[in-house]
Amino acid sequence: MPPAETFSVLVEVRLRPGIADPQGATIERALPALGLNGIVGVRAGKVFRFDIVAEDEAEALAQGTVVADRVLANPVIEESSVTITGKPVSG
Amino acid sequence: MAARVGVVIFPGTNCEHDVIQAVNGLGGTAELVWHGDTSVSGFDALILPGGFAHGDYLRPGAIAKFSPVMEAVSGFAADGGPVVGICNGFQVLTEAGLLPGALQKNRGLRFLCTSAEVRVETDRSVLTSGIAPGTVLSIPINHFEGNFTCDAETLALLQADDRVILRYVDNPNGSIDAIAGVCNAARNVVGLMPHPERASDPLTGSVDGAELLRSLLASALATASADVA
Repeated sequence: MPPAETFSVLVEVRLRPGIADPQGATIERALPALGLNGIVGVRAGKVFRFDIVAEDEAEALAQGTVVADRVLANPVIEESSVTITGKPVSG
Repeated sequence: MAARVGVVIFPGTNCEHDVIQAVNGLGGTAELVWHGDTSVSGFDALILPGGFAHGDYLRPGAIAKFSPVMEAVSGFAADGGPVVGICNGFQVLTEAGLLPGALQKNRGLRFLCTSAEVRVETDRSVLTSGIAPGTVLSIPINHFEGNFTCDAETLALLQADDRVILRYVDNPNGSIDAIAGVCNAARNVVGLMPHPERASDPLTGSVDGAELLRSLLASALATASADVA
């Protein structure tokens, strides 16, 4: 069995397409105040970062996906993506 | 015989005493159940009151679904026991998968604290069993995330199975199909955003909410006596 390693994980949670996003819409309506009039399609979401101790990247990804699906996102209104961003420089 | 009602509280729940007073005033016997408890035996019905369970961190109800008591609540519901989630309690029940759909931020991003008119759409649920469909009730709402949503397939199912129990007369939060309350397929688990406990005493301006709680107490006793039989 290979020694356990620590992997840095990034989970992005987004509202599903078609789900109303009043937060994103409010941000979008504020942008013309900056003189920027061509910015459309603003969607608000959440980002989570954490470290996972696992045997390999595949196991870290699998565990991160469980966290995303079971806790961080509500599948009724949200979707998520899980990315391994590397190994922390220091533990 | 008084119906015994367990009022399930999480860290951050804040409507439990209003619920207890309303239930006791209607002849029931309400008792607090802590979220760390693993048993709900001895109760005829459960109410998950409003508030901010676990601070509403992540999403309303998202952390509460992992509280130890929720396994007991699920078991109680699976055995046919009446379970009602009010406001934050409704959010907890959807997150826990005991009710369909989700509650997202209100249309217009407004926190709503007002009296709302809701129409009883069916008498086939533990919370509406004693009320004629079509009856309009005036009951306070008090929420930021009460905008009920679900996918088209779920909505069609809720409509076809007569599981929308309450609709807003003047949809204040943008809920899909103006839904203010739904029930599960077995009709013993109900969630609603309005606060019936806040409309259970003449001092609060409306006693329409007492009609709903009265139905719940009657349903609780009916379920309890069916268990004994």
